[in-house]
Amino acid sequence: MARLLTESRFANPDAAYLALVEARRGLSQEQAAALDTRLVMILANHIGDVDVLRDALALAKQALPPSG
Amino acid sequence: MTGPQRKALYTYHYRRSRDQDARTAARHPVVIVGAGPVGLTAALDLASRGVAVVVLDDSDRIGDGSRGICWAKRTLEIWDRLGVGEEMVARGVTWKLGKVFLGDEQVYSFDLLPEAGHKMPAFINLQQFHVEHILVECAQQNAAIDLRWKNKVTALDRRNDGVRLTVETPDGAYCIDADWVIAADGARSALRDMLGLTFAGHTFEEKFLIVDVHMHADDIPTERRFWFDPPFHSGQSALLHRQPDDCWRVDLQLGADADIEEELKPERYLPRIRRMLDGRDFDVDWISIYRFNCRRIDRFVHDRVIFVGDSAHQLSPFGARGANSGIQDADNLGWKLATMLAGAADVRLLESYNDERTQAADENIGHSTRSTDFIAPRSPAERDLRNTILSLAPHADFARRMVNSGRLSVATIYDTALNTPDETPFDGSARLGMPVPDVPVTTSSGGSDFLLRQLPAGFVLLVAGEELPDLPSGVTAVVIGRDLQDADSLFRERFDATPGAAYLVRPDQHLAARWRHADADKIRAARDRALALI
Repeated sequence: MARLLTESRFANPDAAYLALVEARRGLSQEQAAALDTRLVMILANHIGDVDVLRDALALAKQALPPSG
Repeated sequence: MTGPQRKALYTYHYRRSRDQDARTAARHPVVIVGAGPVGLTAALDLASRGVAVVVLDDSDRIGDGSRGICWAKRTLEIWDRLGVGEEMVARGVTWKLGKVFLGDEQVYSFDLLPEAGHKMPAFINLQQFHVEHILVECAQQNAAIDLRWKNKVTALDRRNDGVRLTVETPDGAYCIDADWVIAADGARSALRDMLGLTFAGHTFEEKFLIVDVHMHADDIPTERRFWFDPPFHSGQSALLHRQPDDCWRVDLQLGADADIEEELKPERYLPRIRRMLDGRDFDVDWISIYRFNCRRIDRFVHDRVIFVGDSAHQLSPFGARGANSGIQDADNLGWKLATMLAGAADVRLLESYNDERTQAADENIGHSTRSTDFIAPRSPAERDLRNTILSLAPHADFARRMVNSGRLSVATIYDTALNTPDETPFDGSARLGMPVPDVPVTTSSGGSDFLLRQLPAGFVLLVAGEELPDLPSGVTAVVIGRDLQDADSLFRERFDATPGAAYLVRPDQHLAARWRHADADKIRAARDRALALI
C-alpha cells in the first residue's frame, strides 16, 4: 500500500511555494478558498489513491487551528 | 407525503373467505401482508415454486400518482421469470441514457447498458399503478394465490411454530395461522410496529416537489435528465423522466427551509415547470412534497416474520433503488422459503436471506445517501466542495465521474457463505454471487431466445460442451452446445466458458459456484453449501 510522503519532494521548495503564493496574489480570502478547493480536487485525483488521501486528510486535520 | 388524496384507478372487491367461517383458525404455510409490487412479486414467486400463499391487503384499490416509476433490468428479469416481464416492457418506456446538466450545459452522460445481447433493457419507466395492475391480474389468475382485499392485520401473535394474525374485514375480525409471515406492508409497516422494531437511519432535511404532468412532447428523447443549478430553478436541482401515456415526472429540489403550503400553490410551481418544459402545454396530474429517509431495520428475519421491501429499508429516490431492491428481496426469499417448506433446507438458509439482503440494503443505503448528500449538501462547507466538483466537471474527466445525480440500481453481488470460492480465475462479466449475465441462445427447436428465460426452475448446472458429470438431486443440467446453442458466442465471452467449464446457478439465477472441470463431489458440495447445509 502506498503511503503519504511527507519528506521534502521538490528540488526547489521555494519555487513551489512561490507558485502557490502567486496564484493567490490579488484574490480575496473567499476566492482563495475556492481556488484551494479546486486545487485539492485536482491534486487528489492526480494522487489517485484513497488511502494516501485519507492519510493526507488526517495530517491536515491534525494541523487545523481550533475553530473559534 | 403531502398533497391531494389519491384517486382510485382500479377497485377490487372484498370477498368473504372460508377462513372467516372456520371454527378454529385456518392454517397456511405463508401469509403475505401487503399487495404492493414487492408483496405480489413474492406471491408470484412462491406460487411458481408450488407454495400456496394468502395475500392480505388493507385496501381494495390501486391509487393514482406514479410513485415508483423506474424499474431496473434485474427487476424486469425477475418479472420475466414470473411471466410478467414482457408485458411490463411493452407497457413501459425503455431507456438507458442519463444526462447531467450544469446550468443548461451538459457535463456528463452515462449509458446503463452499453452492450447488446440482453433480453431486458437497462430500465423502463412505468407508473407504479400500471405495475400493480399487471401483477394483480396475474396473481388473480393463479390458483395458488388467495388475494384478500380489505383484510387489515390488527394483531400479530408470535408462537413457536408460527404466527397468529388477527385480521379486520368489513364482516368483522377473524384469525388465521401462518407458518411464515412475509411483511410487505411498506414504509409505514404496521407489522414492524407490532414487533416494536427500530427503523433507524438518516432523515434528510431537504424537501423535494414531485409532479407528474401530462404533456405531448415526442421531440424530447427518452432518457433521464438531471440538472444542477438549472436556469429555470436557480441554485437547486431538477430531474425529468418520461413515462408512458404522455406523462412526465418532474422532481424539483426546494431546499431545507421550503414552506410546504407555499410551494404547493400553482402560482409558485407552474411558472418554473413551464420554463423547464420550454413553454410547452401541460396539465398537472399529481403533485406531492417529500423529504427522504435512508434507513433500515437491524434484522430482516424475526423468527417467523420476514420483512421485505420498504418495511425493511427505505431510500431516497435518487438511483431508483427503493422498489427495485424490494423486488430483489422477494427474489432472494422465494426459493429459500419454498426449499425450507419442502424440507430440503432449514433456517440456516433463511438466515442467508437476512445476510444477503441486509448486505444489499447497506449497499443501497450507501449509494442513496451519497447521492442525496451530493444533490443536497448538508452544510455550506459541503456545498462549496460539491460546487467545486461541478465547476471542474466541464474541464476534467475525474470531476465528471464524481458528479452524483444518483447511481442507478443494479443487482447486488452477494458476498455470501452460499458461494463456493473459485478454484481458478475466470474472466468475463459473470461474477460469483451475481445474477448470471443474459446471453442470446438458440433452442433445440431452432428458436431464438435468451439464456435467463430458458433456465429451468431450481438449481441449474450450465455446462460448456457435452462432458456431463453426475448430478446431485435437485440440480438440472443445461448443456450449452446441446440443449441450447451459444447463438452469438456471448456465453463463451461473458462466462469465460472454456470447454468443460460448469456453472452452478441458484434458483434466483445468482451464480453459486463454477469450475473449469466439475465432478460430482464438487457439485454436490457446492449445492449443499448454496442450501446452507454445510
